[in-house]
Amino acid sequence: MDSKAKAVSILKNNFQNFLFVLPALSIFCVFYIYPFYKMINLSFYDWRGIGPMNFIGLHNYKELLGDHLWWNSMLHAGYITLIALTFQNALAFALALACDREIRMKRFYRVVFFIPPVLSEIVVGLIWNWILNPGMQNGQYIGFLNHLLFASGFPQLVHNWLGDPKTALTTIAIVHSWKGFGWGFIILLAGLQTIDKQLYEAAKVDGAGARKTFTHVTLPLMWPVMLVVMILTILGSMQVFILIVAMVNEGLVNHTDVPVTCIFSAMENTNRFGYACAQAVIFGFMLVCISFIMKRLSDRAKQG
Amino acid sequence: MRGLMRRCSFLVAVFLAVLMAGCSSSKESGNKIILWHWMTDRNDTILKLAQQYTQETGIEASVSLFAPSDAYSQKVIAAAQANVLPDIYGILDKKTVVADFIKAGLVADLTASMEADGSAWKKSLFEKALADRSFDMANGYGIKPGIYGVPIDVSNEQMLYNKKLLAKAGIYSAPRSLTEFIKDAKALKLIGITPFVSGWGELWLLDCFASNYAFNIMGEAKIFETFRGRVKYTDPDWVKVFSVFADLRDNGVFIDGIVTKGNKYAEQDFALERAAFTFNGSWCVNVYHSMNPHLEYGVMPPPPVTNTYPLKIWGGAGSSFVVNAASPNKTKAIAFLKWLTSQKQQVVLAQETNNLPANRQASVSISSVLGEFAKGMDESTHPDIWPVNEDPSVREAFDRGLQAIIIGEKTPRQVAQEVQEVKDRQMAKGN
Repeated sequence: MDSKAKAVSILKNNFQNFLFVLPALSIFCVFYIYPFYKMINLSFYDWRGIGPMNFIGLHNYKELLGDHLWWNSMLHAGYITLIALTFQNALAFALALACDREIRMKRFYRVVFFIPPVLSEIVVGLIWNWILNPGMQNGQYIGFLNHLLFASGFPQLVHNWLGDPKTALTTIAIVHSWKGFGWGFIILLAGLQTIDKQLYEAAKVDGAGARKTFTHVTLPLMWPVMLVVMILTILGSMQVFILIVAMVNEGLVNHTDVPVTCIFSAMENTNRFGYACAQAVIFGFMLVCISFIMKRLSDRAKQG
Repeated sequence: MRGLMRRCSFLVAVFLAVLMAGCSSSKESGNKIILWHWMTDRNDTILKLAQQYTQETGIEASVSLFAPSDAYSQKVIAAAQANVLPDIYGILDKKTVVADFIKAGLVADLTASMEADGSAWKKSLFEKALADRSFDMANGYGIKPGIYGVPIDVSNEQMLYNKKLLAKAGIYSAPRSLTEFIKDAKALKLIGITPFVSGWGELWLLDCFASNYAFNIMGEAKIFETFRGRVKYTDPDWVKVFSVFADLRDNGVFIDGIVTKGNKYAEQDFALERAAFTFNGSWCVNVYHSMNPHLEYGVMPPPPVTNTYPLKIWGGAGSSFVVNAASPNKTKAIAFLKWLTSQKQQVVLAQETNNLPANRQASVSISSVLGEFAKGMDESTHPDIWPVNEDPSVREAFDRGLQAIIIGEKTPRQVAQEVQEVKDRQMAKGN
């Protein structure tokens, strides 16, 4: 075979390979690349969703920089994320550790702990709305939590949990953590089960107690898995939206606003599609940065 | 190898064909009209009527439901952008958006059909319902004057009271002023009954209630002057409007958590007799009937603060459809809507869905509670028929401010000041 024929054959081969990839590539371009391009493009326009589009350059971004409601919503999302990172992940890790031991009915617990993440966020919101209902009828509290607090002799703790700016966001964050801890639980449990049991036996032989075994064997080996859980928690918590809508509708003044509700509101309430796209671009960029930092940390942890 | 290449090329061609078919317009001509709607509670009846129409005329009326209404709204906007709108659809948005649809050539002008045969079709429908999708000579949207939509029912938002709960507090007639209402609320609270519930987690409903009092306190001319930027929100009359909410809050009128309550929950609370008064739209008759058929209640306009100006309630077209101007089936679509809004079909819709019919002659067949709602149509108004509307950002600041007053976070004066600041910013942008 001469070189020309060989080149044609390689070309044919490459073209054939490309044909196999083409359907997936087309889908990716149509449903990911194009909308992404369009979103960035729209962020430079003043547009109501229909009708003429006015090019305004970086004006939407400039306005966004001075929009204190937007940055407050970012702080709110950060607060929810912080609670998820600490409370949710600590709970997930504690339960994973418990279920990794030889305890009775551990399969049952695994299923039970994984029920909340399987439920739809709307369903979770509805259930918690009933639990947190602050209303009364015939002298009885309608909401389960207030009813329970009152019945167990803590009437001073009865509260309008979602209607008070001091408690609304924390309540949402706790419900979000309740809904999400099951994912972390499953991933952490899988991580715990990959740790060679001989390492624990060796530590025991060396005289390590439960605390030392945990800090010197379990934690270092679990660190890469925990980083994965942290990345997923951050990305999931920063984008919380449906749960908030299900629990407080359009929000409690601006105390429960998060970036996604702001983006939705800019499109739905004020018909500012260009501004909403600018918000989405900035928000997406921040999430990419966070993911990148976490990925670097994860890589370092694996190397270490 | 060549065979494999051929097969690959064939598969890719099929894939691309399928992809392109998915992106193509769904317009179909022939004996079929396509209607998209969002009304879950009316779907069965609309389907039934569509089948009846097919049997009577031989034209297939294909009805598709897309719910909830938020999702429907987004679907319509996306379909408009892709130019794949059906023959008949609804625009669930502000009049500015309706105007944008008309400007984009996506909504047919129905004036000629409405005014044919001595305006028979137009005259058969409630004027206020038609006004929602009509543009007059002086419209500020730059739209050719005409009628662009067909209402299939009408609605208005009023207050409702539970007769049984009021009787428990020794109250036997609905309050006629805000002072009386507060007095009744105190009497109810004294015997452990929550006075008032509403779904103010949905801001439009809160906005609607506040707007009623703005009309009552300062009259429409001053409201419109405020929207035009010639009267400030810090004006004493606007502060009075905000103060209505502070008064109601201070007197313990509101149910706990009213500002985050969705209307579905508020409807549940009223239907299950957890509150004595509510503020809701006329569609609630159907909702309450399904939740508690034995609920005894009456309808009243929100109790006025003063008699200086009439208290206007929001009302107009409950649900309306437009015809796609680019549709090849435009004439058939108009004929279908004419048939759907004729007396016979409107009676069926009103009786089966407990909504106020858009057709005047059909309103004789409605229940007594709906009749009470119908009386309010004469005193109704709607942002869609106002000559000028407030900027959505100012409106949002206004509604958020009302929430802040209700939860006791801000005073009426603070809110008035903050809303005016947003208004000033928007005015500066406009200039």
